[in-house]
Amino acid sequence: MRFSFIAVSLGVLFGASAQADDDVYPVVSDPLTASACGECHMAFQPQMLPARSWKAIMQGLDNHFGEDATVDTMAVSKIESYLVANAGDVGWDNEILRGVSSSSTPLRISELPKWIDEHDEELPANVWSRADVGSKANCRACHRAADKGYYDDD
Amino acid sequence: MKKILLLTLMFTGMAFSNVYAQSPQSVVLTFYENLQREQAVDFKGFSSERGQNLFVSAFSDGKPDIPSCTTCHTPSPTGTGKTRAGKIIEPMALSINNARYTDTVKTEKWFRRNCKSVMGRECTPREKGDFLTFMMGQ
Ligand code: HEC
Ligand code: HEC
Ligand code: HEC
Repeated sequence: MRFSFIAVSLGVLFGASAQADDDVYPVVSDPLTASACGECHMAFQPQMLPARSWKAIMQGLDNHFGEDATVDTMAVSKIESYLVANAGDVGWDNEILRGVSSSSTPLRISELPKWIDEHDEELPANVWSRADVGSKANCRACHRAADKGYYDDD
Repeated sequence: MKKILLLTLMFTGMAFSNVYAQSPQSVVLTFYENLQREQAVDFKGFSSERGQNLFVSAFSDGKPDIPSCTTCHTPSPTGTGKTRAGKIIEPMALSINNARYTDTVKTEKWFRRNCKSVMGRECTPREKGDFLTFMMGQ
């Protein structure tokens, strides 16, 4: 429902996405990661960031984008192992990581050059502050089945 | 006849006190009460007013974007809140959300995180007990 509202109000931007290769991701299969990293936002798919990014995120949970997101030490190492083993630069050539220099450690999916291409160029800048979106990290506001790995909404 | 009545009364009484004693919320609250008793000999009970005050106050020692509990939980205990990443937070008032305060580990985890984010420090057992007493009466 909300999606169709967005599609209509933004001028049906989703129409052309069907042929893209990078619109389906595996579901987050580790239950601990899915729950611990799905409390404040959906649990993001590990394939969307390189391994070094996940390491940095897991080592900085006491100041996680300005919030305390700490979990116990056991959980930190379990979650980190899962995220690193399934990271976007491990074993597959991932379109969304295109253009990320190997010397940078992006902490946000929404700051990847490819992500910015897909979003900032197609969406009006004020969309992120709209009440039903609120944040770039609110993937599900637009991609309703993002938690199932689907970004091919149309 | 009298005996049966007495027995029935005894059983209902027991059933009631059991339900009360075992309510998961009272287990959580008792956890904080015991902690507070260890710290303060003159424990005089938790206060719903102090809890309300904690909930609505704005603090300056935490993260600048999140000065108050109400930033995410809305100013109303019955309001549906939102995280900064846009995810829904179910209401905090026990009367309309009885899934609240049923698991000490969960409650304690969020007190730890949220007090640090908002106030720049952990809440004391008394502050936690006050907050819960307020929310359980809402
Ligand atoms: C206490 C709440 C909380 C928890 C728990 C939490 N996060 Fe976050 N996360 C946030 C906030 C707040 C943001 C920033 C949202 C924004 O800027 O709009 C964020 C953003 C992110 C981003 C960047 C999103 C983007 O913009 O591309 C990643 C990646 C991330 N979190 C990973 C994790 C991982 C991994 C875990 C589990 C270990 C986790 N988060 C648990 C609150 C949380
Ligand atoms: C305000 C709405 C909005 C939000 C929020 C949003 N997206 Fe998108 N997303 C879009 C639009 C519009 C497109 C372009 C679709 C197209 O190309 O047809 C897109 C495209 C994508 C694509 C490429 C899909 C394809 O077909 O190639 C991916 C992957 C993606 N988004 C991931 C994310 C992730 C991950 C998040 C959260 C961190 C997110 N999006 C948040 C609107 C949004
Ligand atoms: C940055 C957003 C945010 C702020 C600010 C915030 N909270 Fe929360 N709070 C959450 C989230 C997210 C949850 C977990 C989601 C849920 O339980 O629905 C939560 C859960 C809780 C819980 C657990 C409830 C339970 O069911 O056991 C307590 C207690 C709590 N918060 C207290 C506070 C207090 C006290 C403050 C102010 C000092 C505060 N929160 C400020 C986001 C926030």
